Amino acid sequence: MAQQRVIVVGGGLAGLAASVRIAEAGTPVDLFSLVPVKRSHSVCAQGGINACNEVARQQGYSEYEHFDETIYGGDFLADQHPVLEMANWAPRIIDLLDRMGVPFNRTNEGNRDLRLFGGSLFKRTHFAGATTGQQLIYALDEQVRRYEAEGKVSKYEFWEFLWPIIEDGKAVGIVAQDLRTMQIRSFRADAVVMATGGNGLVYGKSTQSVICTGAAAARCYQAGVWYGNPEMIQVHPTAIPGADKLRLMSESARGEGGRVWVPRKKGDTRNPKDIPEAERYYFLEERYPAYGNIVPRDIATREIFSVCVNDGLGVDGQNQVYLDLTHLAPDYLTKKLGGILEIYEKFVGADPRFSPMKIFPAVHYSMGGLWTTFTKGSYNPNDALTKHKSGSRAPINFDIGLGMQLGAPNNSMTNIPGIYAFGEVNFAYHGANRLGANALLSCIFDGLFCGVSVVNYIKNEAPSKKPADSVAQSVFDAAVASEQAKVKRLMDAVDPAGNRNVEVNPYAIGKELGDEMTAACTVVRGEARLKQCLGKLTELKDRYSRLKLADAATWTNQSMSYTRAMGDMLLIAEAIAKGALERRESRGAHYREDHTERDDANFMKTTRAVYDPASRTTTVDFVPIDASLIKPTARTYGKKEASAEPAKKPALAGV
Amino acid sequence: MISTFTNTDANSPLAAELAQRMANRKMAKEGRTIIFRIKRCDGPGKPSRWEDFKVPVPKNANVISCLQYIAANPVTAQGQQSTPVVWDSGCLEEVCGACTMVINGKVRQSCSCLIDDYAPGEGDVMTLEPMSKFPVIRDLWVDRERVFHNLKRVKAWVPIDGTYYLGGGPKESPQKQETRYKLSECMSCGCCLEACPQFNLEENKNEWDSAFIGAHAISQARLFNEHETGKQLKDDRLDVLMGPGGVNDCGNAQNCVKVCPKHIPLTESIAAIGRAVTVRAFTRFFKD
Repeated sequence: MAQQRVIVVGGGLAGLAASVRIAEAGTPVDLFSLVPVKRSHSVCAQGGINACNEVARQQGYSEYEHFDETIYGGDFLADQHPVLEMANWAPRIIDLLDRMGVPFNRTNEGNRDLRLFGGSLFKRTHFAGATTGQQLIYALDEQVRRYEAEGKVSKYEFWEFLWPIIEDGKAVGIVAQDLRTMQIRSFRADAVVMATGGNGLVYGKSTQSVICTGAAAARCYQAGVWYGNPEMIQVHPTAIPGADKLRLMSESARGEGGRVWVPRKKGDTRNPKDIPEAERYYFLEERYPAYGNIVPRDIATREIFSVCVNDGLGVDGQNQVYLDLTHLAPDYLTKKLGGILEIYEKFVGADPRFSPMKIFPAVHYSMGGLWTTFTKGSYNPNDALTKHKSGSRAPINFDIGLGMQLGAPNNSMTNIPGIYAFGEVNFAYHGANRLGANALLSCIFDGLFCGVSVVNYIKNEAPSKKPADSVAQSVFDAAVASEQAKVKRLMDAVDPAGNRNVEVNPYAIGKELGDEMTAACTVVRGEARLKQCLGKLTELKDRYSRLKLADAATWTNQSMSYTRAMGDMLLIAEAIAKGALERRESRGAHYREDHTERDDANFMKTTRAVYDPASRTTTVDFVPIDASLIKPTARTYGKKEASAEPAKKPALAGV
Repeated sequence: MISTFTNTDANSPLAAELAQRMANRKMAKEGRTIIFRIKRCDGPGKPSRWEDFKVPVPKNANVISCLQYIAANPVTAQGQQSTPVVWDSGCLEEVCGACTMVINGKVRQSCSCLIDDYAPGEGDVMTLEPMSKFPVIRDLWVDRERVFHNLKRVKAWVPIDGTYYLGGGPKESPQKQETRYKLSECMSCGCCLEACPQFNLEENKNEWDSAFIGAHAISQARLFNEHETGKQLKDDRLDVLMGPGGVNDCGNAQNCVKVCPKHIPLTESIAAIGRAVTVRAFTRFFKD
């Protein structure tokens, strides 16, 4: 029998961690990426990576509390066992990254330094300057390069994943295209790991990289993989509006004393420094006297929307508010926040130490994604426990296998055998809202912990009896032909004159898609607007079917590739909107103005979106979750008074 | 690229350029239209040509947003139908290195290139060219595989024992961490190579292992030689760097450090590796 192989699609943290783990087990890996893997979107993560550590442990913190925080932060939507395993593994992951040479910030004694982050009372966030994600991906990139030099990993960079090949109900390979030569070909593999990240580009502009279209996930979705909680999209309260993208302004700007305000007078065009204190509306401080500017992300985001959209008080009549640090000493700001303030200065051209920043919320992270399953570990209490009291003794230790069974072949596997989903592209771990500094953790955890599952699957399960190598060539040829036909349809639509008509210009359609999704499916959602959005998506799908391209090139045709991805993005957009419509409650990032309360009886369930190829539409149902470890409680973050109230009658987002 | 945060020397040439850009920003006219003069090429072996595009400049526009405009409206300034310009990009936050190109004659990332800084007036012209030290794939997109290949030459990794749990890494002083962090910010963008007179276009991959390796790889060798475990491969790295295309090929032009968007002390790294190579040559001489 020929040697079995595994395909990993995506070269961010999850894909690289998976590649390292699988190659280490002696299985050759073919790694596909739209970009050289070192340039993947993981580089954008700034804050850090969470893990229990010895200092916090001696103050009463535990892996169990990290688990509890993550479930609570996600508003009780995540399946609980996988989250427990992830939290238990976090310290081991930090140690491994440390061994790989990640330059984590250090204390004077040479230990790893820690910082405080949202959702915890303990310092549990490890960081490397202001570019933790960049430093982590570089460490994994280096390890993969080592395996590449040894011939255990083969990279296919600038290759686009087009379709998973499924035969007898299981994955046997993929179809991919070289974006330079435009060659389309098939690749055999006994398992396919999707590690393709989020779908920010569905919203046009977001904090995500230009490659984060969600198209790869959408193609698996069309091939039969279920999609979990598509409507759960995190909107970060503070981003820098830009003409090309929205760049993140870290929460630490508020943590260090930044104040959010708008002029009280509508249309006040004075220089902000000339507006006296009494004529400034510090709306977070006024509406939430206890927490002020450091209310949780979702509340800050909704209030900023409300002030701009409802009250029309946005700075310069636009959707933006001031994030003001100018009352603090410039030296202090340089020392504490230099790295992130430099980004603002670089891209906006104003120095935040001397003039207030203009910021607005931006789509940031996809909690939802490809549906995955798991095998429960050995911790199964008779009754779920009540919420963990912070700093109290943990009910269990952190042995391997309490949450998920190590090496079980189905860990992070989708409903189609042999197709796995690791990292942001899956729906596990973060429920309805992700805590800061948990994203890097979940990506690496999937790669390392579930990478073993992939190896066990190909060695012991179906592929061991009928390997991909034994599947008839005609299966692969047919899959390639199908993708070639899709390209032909697009290339037949090349019509430079027709391309000038915005009605059928792919970039114009893409912009309208982004604008519509931002207006209807972000911070505040409502029945009528979501239905209107679904109507708009139908219109865009129709226009997409008639579109005209401007480039007939058969070499490096970027606009064809972009246009093809947009067709997939339209389907993911529909899943997001339908999920948001059917989830008639408010939970985490999903806020319904017409259903403002959380409804555990009906909706403490996973939204399962299934694609129907016949009608080319999404159907949605709700499936029970594993909530057997912690009982749900109200998610108030201890603020029962003013701050517990939702935003006052917020309007439709972005209208 | 240059910022008030990282550039504190008021007399440096960088400060003068920064001052010019700030002055441009102040006088930038809203609602203006500028010209992008773009060097285009349909593929390897094809001739290059220049095309002009008129682009209306909104607030906060950068080179990327203007290229996006051209992609949606691929018509030249002369009204000729053209095609979307092809370029490479990723994070758009100057942290992935993808969108590097030559703008107005200087290499830099295009995402952090604000139009107001360079073309403040109506009808001002900006030129975009692909990097010249790498083979063009199409238009502004070049193939930088050699940048990554050269990281393999110097074994730019820590040789760990595998991913099973074996405790933490070595302790490290904050000073050491700061040194390594700075070096570790290198995003393999290739600016230092574009600016280097010793690093030249080489399309024949067989020549890569003997052609000049470049400042970025020398600096990465230093990064890993500075790490407690990474230094296990120190001799291997130095042996490569004392060979053909190694550190002795550096002509000391010092262009690399001037164009590095991350302000990595590349010339310091070259000097440090130069010294280490000398020591290594001595020890090898007496051992052999």
